[in-house]
Amino acid sequence: MAIDYLPLLIMIVLGAGFGALVLILPAILGPKETNSQKLEPYESGIIPFSDARRRFPVKYYLVAMLFLIFDIEVIFLYPWAAVLRDLRVFALVAMAPFLLVLLVGFIYEWKKGALKWGE
Amino acid sequence: MDWLNLVVFPVIRIVVLFVVLLTGFAYLTLLERKLLGRFQVRYGPNRAGKFGLMQPLADAVKALFKEEIIPNHVDKPIYVIAPALALVPALLIWAVIPIASGMPAVADVSIGFLWILAIAGVEGYGIILAGWSSNNNYSLLGALRSSAQMVSYELPMGMFLVSILILAGDFSLVNLVDNARPWWEWIWLWLAFPFFFICILAETNRSPFDLPETENELVAGFQTEYGGMKFALFMMAEYTNMITTSAIMATLFFGGWRGPFAEEIVWLGPIYLLAKIFILLCLFIWVRASVSRPRYDQLMTFCWQFLLPLSIGYMVISALLAVFLK
Amino acid sequence: MPELPPLPTISQLVFTGFALFTCASALGVVLARNLFHGALALVATLFGVAGLYVMLEAEFLAVSQVLVYVGAIATLITFAIMLTRSMMYGKTSPLNRQWGKTGLFAVMIFLALYGFVGSIPWADSAPAVLADESMIAALGVEFVTNYVVAFEVMGLLLLVALVGAVMLARDNN
Repeated sequence: MAIDYLPLLIMIVLGAGFGALVLILPAILGPKETNSQKLEPYESGIIPFSDARRRFPVKYYLVAMLFLIFDIEVIFLYPWAAVLRDLRVFALVAMAPFLLVLLVGFIYEWKKGALKWGE
Repeated sequence: MDWLNLVVFPVIRIVVLFVVLLTGFAYLTLLERKLLGRFQVRYGPNRAGKFGLMQPLADAVKALFKEEIIPNHVDKPIYVIAPALALVPALLIWAVIPIASGMPAVADVSIGFLWILAIAGVEGYGIILAGWSSNNNYSLLGALRSSAQMVSYELPMGMFLVSILILAGDFSLVNLVDNARPWWEWIWLWLAFPFFFICILAETNRSPFDLPETENELVAGFQTEYGGMKFALFMMAEYTNMITTSAIMATLFFGGWRGPFAEEIVWLGPIYLLAKIFILLCLFIWVRASVSRPRYDQLMTFCWQFLLPLSIGYMVISALLAVFLK
Repeated sequence: MPELPPLPTISQLVFTGFALFTCASALGVVLARNLFHGALALVATLFGVAGLYVMLEAEFLAVSQVLVYVGAIATLITFAIMLTRSMMYGKTSPLNRQWGKTGLFAVMIFLALYGFVGSIPWADSAPAVLADESMIAALGVEFVTNYVVAFEVMGLLLLVALVGAVMLARDNN
């Protein structure tokens, strides 16, 4: 029943409330003596000369894409895992091609070097 | 509509749970400093109170009364909420963990496994947002590393979870601990534990996989621009995550609240669970004291070329075992 | 004494909360001047939708939503924004030259949907659904029986996506 999940919702709300509280309290309690030096970005003592939000290697993007694909595969394994004990060999046989395709993709990635980080 | 049962009692349980967890966090920091001190043949904190027992309290008061600095180059709203976003998921996972016979911490939902997985999926956001909003080179690099590392290690972790689910045949963690398992299943589970633990170390950004905050190259990684209470929130997130993941491992691999007489005497259950969590936490700290940090490329290659194939193989063998032996 | 309207039930309150949250964050997505903020509002929207799924007793769908959309796709979107330099700086206007036509289409789609939803005779009470545990199991049974072909084809689709991802992100040298 959906009502079973109400405690989880309450928990999310209370957790968020707690987070907000801890963020607000010190703003009230702490001293406020700012100066321009304090508010500069930390660059190990030198004055920053460029914005930090620069472009980064596409490698990270590749990892995110591969993660997305494997994540979907894992999601599909869950309902299957729930019925494996009832359907037994039948479920195994039905899953075999799916996993084989996954394996092919995995070998392809490996050969292409997509699984290796940097050279 | 029964407001008392639906709202008031859960609220009480949740508040108690939060208080216990946060106290646990405070004393975990002390335990870690004490143990690390002992590993390095020194005392660790011992000035505030007997054995330094007042140290966490002093730290909390200090964090509360620190000046809140919001540097002027940051993306303000995101910069401020990122620490809270890092902490809250760590608290939320506890909802489905069984603490005594037939009793979960907050809600007996039948999808305990999926809850863990879903929360683990959003856990990285606090760190990514902190790094991006800080607009600092160190922070951004730390955040990038962290997000790539966390999504990568989530895959083998998910595969191991599927394997355990295949053997248990039930989405509820409460039932998982309640149901008896045959002896070979325990042995098979324990074979996976070291690898699962490695995934957990990477997921929680704990040493030796703390590359998002390597102090010798990235200053403090994603939290470089944070100070005061906001920095404390990141610490809170890290240590609460340690406690939470220890509870998950205790539940999945070591029978959770189970122990001698735990079924007859209900209040023994939480004590056994806490004892198991304590041992696992000591394991976390032991690893931190003993193992040195790998390079980032080693970390990623290890995940994709060793851990992921291994976990898929483990899943397949688990499926065969479940079909032919159960 | 006039009869008071009945107090809202908890589910009505929760639903209203989720619906408002989802709409507000969806507005945030289109109105945010900073693309990164827009992406974050999208994450919030996806969360709200997941909450609505739970209220529809579709827990597995809700978890998939959080796991795949919030956990993976939204990460990908934020990465994509971080990869494109011009998008990250400063404020872009949420409107472009096409906003008039787009608005017209949006209104038309809304009206069509509204007419469609209004014309369906909705049942007052939903038929009893299976307990959620067996719901996921039922889904699993369907995967390996009635929809087994679709299931395997989907594996192939994922393989194609994987090859595409590797090709997209390959080094040129």
